[in-house]
Amino acid sequence: MNSTIVWMIIGMGVVTYLPRLLPFVLLGRIQLPPFWQGVLKNVPYAVLGALIIPDVFFIQDDVVFGAIGFAAAVIAAWFGANVMVVVLAAVAVLSLYSLVV
Amino acid sequence: MAPFRQGVQAGVAIAIGYTPIALAFGLLAKTTGLTLGETVLMSLVVFAGASQYIALSLIAAGTGALEIVLTTFILNIRHFLMSASLSEKAEPDAFWKKALYAFGITDETFSVAAMKEGTVNASYMFGLIAMAYGSWVVNSGIGHAVGASLPESLQESMAIALYAMFIGLLVPALKKQRKIVWLAGLSALFNSIGTFVLHLSKGWSIVLATLLSAVIVQWLAKEGGNGDE
Repeated sequence: MNSTIVWMIIGMGVVTYLPRLLPFVLLGRIQLPPFWQGVLKNVPYAVLGALIIPDVFFIQDDVVFGAIGFAAAVIAAWFGANVMVVVLAAVAVLSLYSLVV
Repeated sequence: MAPFRQGVQAGVAIAIGYTPIALAFGLLAKTTGLTLGETVLMSLVVFAGASQYIALSLIAAGTGALEIVLTTFILNIRHFLMSASLSEKAEPDAFWKKALYAFGITDETFSVAAMKEGTVNASYMFGLIAMAYGSWVVNSGIGHAVGASLPESLQESMAIALYAMFIGLLVPALKKQRKIVWLAGLSALFNSIGTFVLHLSKGWSIVLATLLSAVIVQWLAKEGGNGDE
């Protein structure tokens, strides 16, 4: 293995691990004020919004492709399908779509 | 069900969703000139999809190692927010266990763990992360070794998988609480503005959109007395 690449990988690993680890070190000792506890409880829903939009529409050059996958997933989830079914439904709908187009 | 098994079961969707991305990563790493060992090492040590892709494109462009490490750091600062949020939901466990599962926090493992009812403990996190990490590392290696990814049309269709998983996690919560509609909607809007108007990097845009939305909604809920209608 090329040693520059290996050192780069180790460096990438360290700077990726630190943000993942630090909150457990810091927040294990202190109790946050209620307002900030509330903010941290909000984070998962806000993260999901930002992880989905706008990127889902750009999984391919054709925006329609992403939009169809998005719609399929939303409809499946809306009608109470579990996460696995939502994933399979969206993949299946897009597979059909690419067959047709 | 034992928490570890519960975690494994919840991780299946992630393992499937990672497959096409990891295969493509392995293939791209090969064409970029990385050896099989280097490719697997990167997936083992870094375990962060987006930054690994960006590292490849920077290597191909001849960018220096230090700049690649810095770019990785900026892209992954968002995990700080996720770990902070998860630490509020985590059951008391030995610190070494928390330090171990903290390594496995990605957009996907965090989302699944955060949407789980009740608290999460180390056994659950280990099961969840074992699936995600296993899929990521093994499929990176296969992508490099085989030198091919899935058939093109399947590869393209499967690009929706992780987004569909996020949607499958979010929609049931949206239906239950108006507050969650605001949280997800505002941060989607802010992230779109960050991306298209302000041209922020993906890492900063997600961090700022999430934090802004979480703070604004919390502030409004406090003003209104109770946001959990």
